[in-house]
Amino acid sequence: MAYERSENTGAGGGVDATALALKILVAGGFGVGKTTLVGAVSEIRPLRTEERLSRAGEAVDDTGGVAQKTTTTVAMDFGRITIRSGLSLYLFGTPGQDRFWFLWDELSQGALGAVVLADTRRLEDCFPAVDYFEHRKIPFVVAVNCFAGARNYGAHEVSRALDLDRGTPVVLCDARDRDSGKEVLIRLVEYAGRMHTARLLDSVG
Amino acid sequence: MNEDGTGDGRAVPGSQWYDADAGPLVRPYAMTGGRTKPGPSNVRFDLIALVVVEDDPPGPAEESLLGPEHRALLTLCRAETQSVAELAADADLPVGVVRVLLGDLLEAGFVKVSRPVPPAQLPDERILREVIDGLRAL
Repeated sequence: MAYERSENTGAGGGVDATALALKILVAGGFGVGKTTLVGAVSEIRPLRTEERLSRAGEAVDDTGGVAQKTTTTVAMDFGRITIRSGLSLYLFGTPGQDRFWFLWDELSQGALGAVVLADTRRLEDCFPAVDYFEHRKIPFVVAVNCFAGARNYGAHEVSRALDLDRGTPVVLCDARDRDSGKEVLIRLVEYAGRMHTARLLDSVG
Repeated sequence: MNEDGTGDGRAVPGSQWYDADAGPLVRPYAMTGGRTKPGPSNVRFDLIALVVVEDDPPGPAEESLLGPEHRALLTLCRAETQSVAELAADADLPVGVVRVLLGDLLEAGFVKVSRPVPPAQLPDERILREVIDGLRAL
């Protein structure tokens, strides 16, 4: 196991000696339901990060008149699911705008996997996220948020439209529904486990 | 609201008070003494790095020398082992500030921090199974 084992069992009130934290990202276009999904399965909290503006951001943010504004405040959603004492799952809603890509690199470090939320009415919004995770070989599932009023597409059609690698799961879901959200996460963890095993087998030839 | 509600320091009679939307009255760099990175150890705390209080922390005398934000973080750590992200949210401070302050607490021996998880390193199957079962049982 690659996690440092803390010897602390004292003041924190029964801290587990092998506390583990796992990270799952929730990505997708603006308004696709990332916050809703994180909120449906966990207690959600807003997180402020003050970050250095990327060059791309400078062009978008009108910084005229604000001399040398080099940082910007980015708000992210995050939630925690406690599996048991000493084992927690953290969900991070990634900021949707392209100019916050620099945050993704940090967020995806050591992530167990990602959920890419998609809306079939504007499927192209999730292309960047799909590309990002495919490139970095981070296991992800595509969760199609079935908005009322949107035409229903099957998982297979979405998979083809997104040109997903074989095996990448596509799950139809309702981001507002807790059970539906749980199912998405379960599919992701199962898939991440399969990917990991496959890579181990590859590495031994 | 702080006493220093005029924000810009000019005490114009009848000048308006600013609410939270106007942004923080204490700028982040003020809380960190102008630093943007943790001290000499130069650790970069992962958002989900877990912070626990040291078994044998410095005494109350040393603790009283800490700034209010340092002490707020320490109080939160004592209540429960928390991730860097949770500490930032609960203390209502930007993550960048929390990283610097935690660096101070780490160096002074108040807290311990679990190392960030190395990339591409997945926990073993047993753990993943536990996570799946745990999610089902939610």
